[in-house]
Amino acid sequence: MTELTAREPLIFELSKPGRKAGTQFPPAIAGNAEIPAHLRRAAPPALPAVSELQAVRHYTRLSQMNFSIDTHFYPLGSCTMKYNPKACNTYAMLPEFLGLHPLGPEPQGFMACMYELQDMLREITGMQGVSLTPMAGAQGEFAGVAMIRAYHRARNDLQRTEIIVPQAAHGTNPATAAMCGCSVKEIPCDANGDVDIDALKSAVGPCTAAIMLTNPSTLGVFEHKIAEVARIVHEAGGLLYYDGANLNAILGKVRPGDMGFDVIHMNLHKTFSTPHGGGGPGSGAVGVGARLLPFLPIPIVGRDGSRYRWLTERDLPQSIGRLSGFMGNAGVNLRAYIYMRLLGREGMVRVAEFAALNANYLLKRLQAAGYEAAYPKRRASHEFIITLKRENRETHVTAMDVAKRLLDYGFHAPTTYFPLLVPECLLIEPTETEAKEDLDRFCDAMIMIRREMTEDPEKLASAPHTMPVRRLDDVRAAKQLDLAWKPAA
Amino acid sequence: MSNIPSDLRYTKSHEWVRQAPNGTLEVGISDHAQGALGDLVFAEVPEAGRKLDAGEACAVVESVKAASDVYSPVSGTVIAGNTALADRPELLNQEPYGSGWLFRVAPHSPDAVAALMSAADYERYLADETK
Amino acid sequence: MAFIPHTGDDIAAMLDVIGVREIGDLFDEIPVELRAGALALPPAMGEMEVGRLLTERAAIDGRPLNFIGAGAYEHHIPAPVWALATRGEFYSAYTPYQAEASQGTLQLIYEYQSMMCALTGMEVSNASLYDGASALAEACLMAVRANRASNSRRILLPRAVNPTYGQVARTIAGNQDVIFDTVDFDRASGRTLLESLESRGGEDITALVVQQPNFFGCLEEVDELTDWAHRRKILLIAVVNPVSLALLTPPGQWGGAVDGTRGADIVCGEGQPLGVPLSAGGPYFGFMATRMQYVRQMPGRIVGRTVDTEGRPGFSLTLQAREQHIRRSKATSNICTNQGLMVTAATIYMSLLGAEGLARVAQSSLQRTADLVAALSRIAGVKAAFSAPRFHEAVLLLDRPVAPVLAALARRGILGGLDLADLYPELGNALLVCATETKLGADIDAYAGALAEIMNAARAAA
Repeated sequence: MTELTAREPLIFELSKPGRKAGTQFPPAIAGNAEIPAHLRRAAPPALPAVSELQAVRHYTRLSQMNFSIDTHFYPLGSCTMKYNPKACNTYAMLPEFLGLHPLGPEPQGFMACMYELQDMLREITGMQGVSLTPMAGAQGEFAGVAMIRAYHRARNDLQRTEIIVPQAAHGTNPATAAMCGCSVKEIPCDANGDVDIDALKSAVGPCTAAIMLTNPSTLGVFEHKIAEVARIVHEAGGLLYYDGANLNAILGKVRPGDMGFDVIHMNLHKTFSTPHGGGGPGSGAVGVGARLLPFLPIPIVGRDGSRYRWLTERDLPQSIGRLSGFMGNAGVNLRAYIYMRLLGREGMVRVAEFAALNANYLLKRLQAAGYEAAYPKRRASHEFIITLKRENRETHVTAMDVAKRLLDYGFHAPTTYFPLLVPECLLIEPTETEAKEDLDRFCDAMIMIRREMTEDPEKLASAPHTMPVRRLDDVRAAKQLDLAWKPAA
Repeated sequence: MSNIPSDLRYTKSHEWVRQAPNGTLEVGISDHAQGALGDLVFAEVPEAGRKLDAGEACAVVESVKAASDVYSPVSGTVIAGNTALADRPELLNQEPYGSGWLFRVAPHSPDAVAALMSAADYERYLADETK
Repeated sequence: MAFIPHTGDDIAAMLDVIGVREIGDLFDEIPVELRAGALALPPAMGEMEVGRLLTERAAIDGRPLNFIGAGAYEHHIPAPVWALATRGEFYSAYTPYQAEASQGTLQLIYEYQSMMCALTGMEVSNASLYDGASALAEACLMAVRANRASNSRRILLPRAVNPTYGQVARTIAGNQDVIFDTVDFDRASGRTLLESLESRGGEDITALVVQQPNFFGCLEEVDELTDWAHRRKILLIAVVNPVSLALLTPPGQWGGAVDGTRGADIVCGEGQPLGVPLSAGGPYFGFMATRMQYVRQMPGRIVGRTVDTEGRPGFSLTLQAREQHIRRSKATSNICTNQGLMVTAATIYMSLLGAEGLARVAQSSLQRTADLVAALSRIAGVKAAFSAPRFHEAVLLLDRPVAPVLAALARRGILGGLDLADLYPELGNALLVCATETKLGADIDAYAGALAEIMNAARAAA
């Protein structure tokens, strides 16, 4: 990484008029079909003009400037950066699967995989039905809240438009509630990181549509009183929504359906190891209990005897509808299916066990090194929070500084400043695929950084030092917007 | 310690109000608020003529790490928004009580300002908040 | 154990440090009554067995000759596109929140944004949305936010726009009280006529959606539609095919400058044709571009170029204050993860093809579809439905129901197109066909020959 000190030019800066990757062009064919003149583009678009080797070299060099799971330990809390098995990609990219047009005759081989994936996800979550169509966690949340609204509307409970959200919730939760035309009521958590039961009792009422929760919570702790929370909300006439971002902590140990949840969205790109791809694509499959079955988003894979078919508007007339042009991120779902077949019953149960083992081990070692856990009396779930508020008071070092310095040590930073409740925090999730030696090396780096806090704080404040760039000017990025290269006029 | 001029009034959502002799009000965000937001990169101010209710979100100030609503301290009609902020949002940080004002409003009720916090009250309020 | 590296010694040492006897103790905070029993899942498989299973299932699906378009288009994907996109450094990288550790992804997205601005003729592009359908939904929500001159939240959505996009827009935007009104298409030409908009001229409308080419493959008269909207302070949302933009006037230049306002206000569409395989309908990616004055209303991530503390140019996510992780309930959208890997593929694709290559793909597709329509129209009982000029799709009318004909073609290994009976029953026996540059002359002959046999065999039997 550090050899790449020379800046990699923009692809446009490598371009030269007349240069092309000619073998990629389709053959010229005879014929006089043409676009009418008044609809024709006057000047060609300013796209690159490079040779194939220039393009290959440029994008290879760009890739080498990235951190990735394949190259670095990535303890990003709430992101579950576990190993993405290559087999998932190889078999999802078989040419027959890649060549399937979504509007062709129902592909029985592919649909068998999807049907079985629906079943496995139902089993793991303790739900009654699953739809694979939402294309990411946020769309899965949207589907969940939309189904809850549809349920209340169908019962003529039109005033139920309030969604209760813990203050520590992920930003997508209140954003989703707003997108569904609901209002948000935030409730605090108590000193142990659990939902404040008294606050919850005051918050529920005849306008309550649902509560959105994740368990373990974003604070990294298991919500002890979940059964009581479920009872309070259900008795008030509301439903329970489970944000499955932290499913990796409880896979095979607890099932959200058994905890009383009515709907769950899963992040297949977290728990089921589909690739993060530099920002997607993900997949936000949703599972529901009996109350919400009629409202599932379509299409869903159904089976008549031995034949698979798509269940659509005709089969689910009360469905909340379609969320995508076709059936969602099919290729991502196929990768999740392959992952689940590789793990099987035995492997699935191990995930949470070793995720918890790695998280608790890392927590203990960091505490021994002098770092402060945000909730020291609680077990780590699959992740935990370290707060640097004391260090910040004493040395002015921030969580941002530590995050940036970790890059110099060859580790991607943990999640910083989330959840918003904990000051100067690092949310650390090692996942189950990391070896003990890698966890130890991470601790060693954190110990060195701790020493630097007092011995060389300037080094931290100006980190990173060994990346292709130093710390970037975010203010300038937002004030002097440069969002696209434009050709010289 | 943030700056809290004693001749202004304040709200719990960190707006300040300056009353002109003719009764019109100038509104902005406090020194504490601009410090918490960090370097401000953008501000959206209300248009002249817009009618506001007390507590209504009527402006947005945006930094790299947060975008915050600004709430009208009183019911009234907007006289002008500070258009200088379009090119120089940093005025909000540099002179939050001066050239970084956000909007001017004609209050519907002359007593509205009296209901707001004094500088001393706001200082106490800030001390309680950060405890 | 799949992907778990711990040895017995590792486990013992770690449990010792934690201070518990066994791994099960780590779950002691979970109430006993909630603990799950054994999961009814199939047993674990090794990679070899999984490979066997998937290969058998793929063989069941086979590789028929495809003439279906309808929003997902088969194009040749250059070998380097996925060879590079599946590099671990792209494939297994996270969202580029830590900019210094993600300059590769960030620079690539900046290049992508630049290319989309060039293709669409717009000032700023985001880093992608989920797909074309949800991008239209987001565009409608954005128009409601951005159009200060309108309070109605009413969107005019022509029937010639992809009907599934309309369904998705209603599902997503309907919950925020956005109202969708339809505008019919002209049965003769297949276009959305200005006359059918005229009756709406006096109403408060927030936005007009125009798809170019439309769902039928017909080319709309985009200039007059854009001017009509702008004269009435209605925002113009353009839904476009990115490959077609190599040949067609880009939406940034639609219209004839009404009050100095030229071009669409928001542009969106499906990016799949740019190097993304059909793969049973996803993952694809949605693109969105707009005028700089609306940039703060645009959802999705945006990458900006800036400098570091030593003055070196670099890239980072910007304008994040609009997004869910900061703005929460006031965010422009709840979108978080988008379609980063597909954008990576599309950027590499556009770099390899360039303007000239993309024009060749577009022209070749245009020609192949023209050849296909000519060949099929020569068969008795088959004729073209619409008179408007077209891009690379066309609607054909048959003298009998389409479904059995498609079934017969499928038995011969040919996917003949999309039966429009459910979506547009008023057209009668209508079939939407598409031929891209991937279809050789021999493929078109094969389709025409098979269809002629099927049509004549039925006639002979009658």
